[in-house]
Amino acid sequence: MQPQHMHELSVAMGIVEGVEEESARHDGCVSAVHLRLGPLSGVVKEALLSAFELACAGSSIEGAHLIIEEVPIVVYCPACQAQQTIGSIQWFCCPKCGAPTSEVIQGKELEIVALEIE
Amino acid sequence: MANQPRLVELRRNVLKRNDIVAGALRLLFQEMGVTVVSLVSSPGSGKTAFLEKTLTRLQPRFRVGALVGDLATDNDAQRLARSHARVSQIVTGTVCHLEAEMIRNALDGWSLPELDFLFIENVGNLVCPSSYDLGEELRAVLLSVTEGEDKPLKYPTIFNSADVAVVTKTDLAEAVEFDWPAAETNIQRVRPGMRVLRVSAKTGAGLDEWLELLQGLRAPAPGGTRAS
Repeated sequence: MQPQHMHELSVAMGIVEGVEEESARHDGCVSAVHLRLGPLSGVVKEALLSAFELACAGSSIEGAHLIIEEVPIVVYCPACQAQQTIGSIQWFCCPKCGAPTSEVIQGKELEIVALEIE
Repeated sequence: MANQPRLVELRRNVLKRNDIVAGALRLLFQEMGVTVVSLVSSPGSGKTAFLEKTLTRLQPRFRVGALVGDLATDNDAQRLARSHARVSQIVTGTVCHLEAEMIRNALDGWSLPELDFLFIENVGNLVCPSSYDLGEELRAVLLSVTEGEDKPLKYPTIFNSADVAVVTKTDLAEAVEFDWPAAETNIQRVRPGMRVLRVSAKTGAGLDEWLELLQGLRAPAPGGTRAS
């Protein structure tokens, strides 16, 4: 039993619940859900994709596809006074000047950004 | 044409419900004057021993309580009850982390104004708890010397979500040849500027610094008193 996978299942159930609420305002069936996912969300893409299928089963959006856009971590570098994209979640430093920074601008995303309705 | 999908743009945080409950809890804790500290770590890193010592040492001067998350047992709550602090167990069943709503439900019947500190011991897990805000003021991530100094690199997300790192079981550091500089470097890589404490619940080493940090959370702000 992998605890990580149960975590993704509860996240997937949150997605289904959110989509059901949002889609109630529109006519038609949800065929796809677009999600933005940051590395600092604590959610693993592959695990979430399989959990989503389970979470959808029996719901009003059964059969909908989950389309995940992974976004990189963006930090603010106080030395450069600019936003910088970092390549590794294991090293929070400015890729330009090397200054360490923990001011995260982007990377915690776990949000539904669009629905495809037909 | 009839089946042509249309795109509806929106922006909705998946953990919105948890964040709303956590935000309400944080406000409630502030209003009631209780300082809430959560502990996260992998299983077996010494959270319960550390918390037991913390509760016992704080007891003479502060009113303390604890909520303890566990998958199946109430062993930890029983251990912590020895400190004579008020302790409740949250048995999460199959859920691998605590969520804000579980905290709210567990506090049903508690009188928060009668507490100075409330500790929340999360389920032993370095992955899932990182996503869930519990309304805490401080999140401490524990790392025992027996786990190895590369844990922060393996679980950067949880270290990044924490406010302070506590290296535990330091009495065993020499026996396991714990590489202190490497541990410090790894923590600073994933969370630059994070304060790192070194503690042994067994010998009591480092506990004073931890207790000072906790008391500092309750210190009145300069020029005014703490919101009550």
